[in-house]
Amino acid sequence: MNTLIETKDLTRILREAVPVALVRDVSLSIGEREFVAVTGPSGSGKSSLLYLLGLLDRPTDGTVTIRGRDTALMDEDERAAMRLVNIGFVFQFHFLLPEFTARENVEIPMRKLRHLGRNEMRQRASDLLAALGLADHLDKRPDQLSGGQRQRVAVARALANDPPLILADEPTGSLDSQSSEQVFMILEKLVREQGKTVIAVTHDLEMASRMDRRLHLIDGRLTMGAATGDFRSTHEP
Amino acid sequence: MRLIFDIALTHISGRGRQTIVAMLGVAVGVGFSIAMAALMQGGQDDFVRQLVDTMPHVQVTDEHRTARRQPAEDLFDAAAISGLRPRDDRRGIINPTAALSWIGGWIPGRFAATLKSQGVMRYSGQEVGAVVIGIDPQAEPSVSPIIGDFKAGSFAALAAGGNNVVIGDTMASRLGAKLGDTITAVSSEGLSRRFKIVGLFHTGTTARDEGETYVLQKNAQILSARPNAINEINIKLDNPNAAPTVARRIEAELGYKAVAWQEANESILEALVVRNVIMYTVVAAIMLVAGFGIFNIISTITHEKARDIAIMKSLGFTEADMRVLFVLEGVAIATAGTLLGWALGFTMVYALSLVHFEISTTGREMTRLPIAWSTLHYLIAAAFALGTAAVAGYLPARRAARANPVDIIRGAA
Repeated sequence: MNTLIETKDLTRILREAVPVALVRDVSLSIGEREFVAVTGPSGSGKSSLLYLLGLLDRPTDGTVTIRGRDTALMDEDERAAMRLVNIGFVFQFHFLLPEFTARENVEIPMRKLRHLGRNEMRQRASDLLAALGLADHLDKRPDQLSGGQRQRVAVARALANDPPLILADEPTGSLDSQSSEQVFMILEKLVREQGKTVIAVTHDLEMASRMDRRLHLIDGRLTMGAATGDFRSTHEP
Repeated sequence: MRLIFDIALTHISGRGRQTIVAMLGVAVGVGFSIAMAALMQGGQDDFVRQLVDTMPHVQVTDEHRTARRQPAEDLFDAAAISGLRPRDDRRGIINPTAALSWIGGWIPGRFAATLKSQGVMRYSGQEVGAVVIGIDPQAEPSVSPIIGDFKAGSFAALAAGGNNVVIGDTMASRLGAKLGDTITAVSSEGLSRRFKIVGLFHTGTTARDEGETYVLQKNAQILSARPNAINEINIKLDNPNAAPTVARRIEAELGYKAVAWQEANESILEALVVRNVIMYTVVAAIMLVAGFGIFNIISTITHEKARDIAIMKSLGFTEADMRVLFVLEGVAIATAGTLLGWALGFTMVYALSLVHFEISTTGREMTRLPIAWSTLHYLIAAAFALGTAAVAGYLPARRAARANPVDIIRGAA
């Protein structure tokens, strides 16, 4: 399995009156087509780790390498370009732009990347939304959609530029059980059928147990042996 | 860029009332700037036009800017002269025929030579001091400022035979003389001559109406005992702006002082520059106030749209994209305001152009306000508005672009 993303001694310290270590010395390697759960108690650094992996935040120490490229020396524009092409984010809250329709929201990353023509972008956005069961909601604005539908639009937006890596920060955290299951199934399908790598932060241990691999954090550190036998592996380098 | 523009448009249209207020602020600023500029520029143009029309563009007199050099100074590299009493030169432009011929050979315009001397006009026991100006009735109309101000007669009447004079109506009134009466002119040389009034003019300038008399050049030369002399050449150019160049060339060639109208009115023109500086300072102040409106709305939008900023950055938008987005919003408001302001400005200028005034004390009528119609005013007002908007948008945009998306996402979750 090819390595998609790896970290080495990744550390993020919040410099306040009393410095707070959000993530400490995390070294890991995640390959293509992996479905990885990041678990841990509240405040353990799960989201912080995800933001570091997604280049939204800069580590205090250590490195993040994506597809063999060390991101430590990248400037903000290069990091933004890396996010645009290689990373799709799904947050607990959908964060759709409220003035735009579902389809327009999905088109936004494509319009930013500009690798497709106007009609192709429109078609791809429609296809993505249709694949997620939203064919009848293309022209609805976020406030006209249910919570589960919004989250599926957010997933479609994350997939717009066909990135190899999807980072999901508690994607089902604000959904009812039925919608949660739908979103989970979608994420799983992305891995199994489209070959994406999905790293999802979750509190739901049952959901985490259905993923390939589990990274458990306590106080910002990756713990060994936290995984149950249900998981395919817990290998940290 | 289209995407950024679309997002910017949704942001500002989402705050309709605030956007309209900010837009109106810009529109009022632009409109009033245009109206003020049109009025001030119009006044200035009118003033300068009067300056240009009422005086020669270049006036050559028989004076020198510096004391004349002694022949010894021209002959030797070092010459010390002491106890010398230079001979009184006979005043007047030496060899006037050659000078006039040379000027006529290249000057891009018209010119007329005159002999100007001091004198007194007498009639029925009344005396009025006057400048006696000897003119060529054929050449003078092409350069004279009073050609359109005749109440009776004309310069041509001077050549109708006999000794004739044209005087201002105020002088005629002071003397108690009227058209056709014969008055006596006494020169500073003590010579006197009787002249029949064949023309009356009224320029509205008291000094001129009360103190200038026009006679044939020959008569003026006789009266001042200076046969064939002239002491002034007045030049009107096709292009008044070329006056300094023409004056310099004449002065270099003839040696006599040649004064361009710009030099003669330097202090007035400087005052006009100061006036323009004041005007554009006021325009800048107006636009600054309008800029506060834009700053306010962009600040509000960046605050409101913090989550959108965070998510867009997570999607791959750069800080520069965010800056452009909000600067564009400010500029879009300013653009709409500017277009509205242009219409407002045009309407105001048009309304001002319809205003009529009557100045009854002088008996003269100023039919309308002097207005300058210039696209430059519209462009300058737009430049001020857009520049202010860009700055007003940039300040909150910079802050928004620097925002850490993680902080916003955490705060929103």
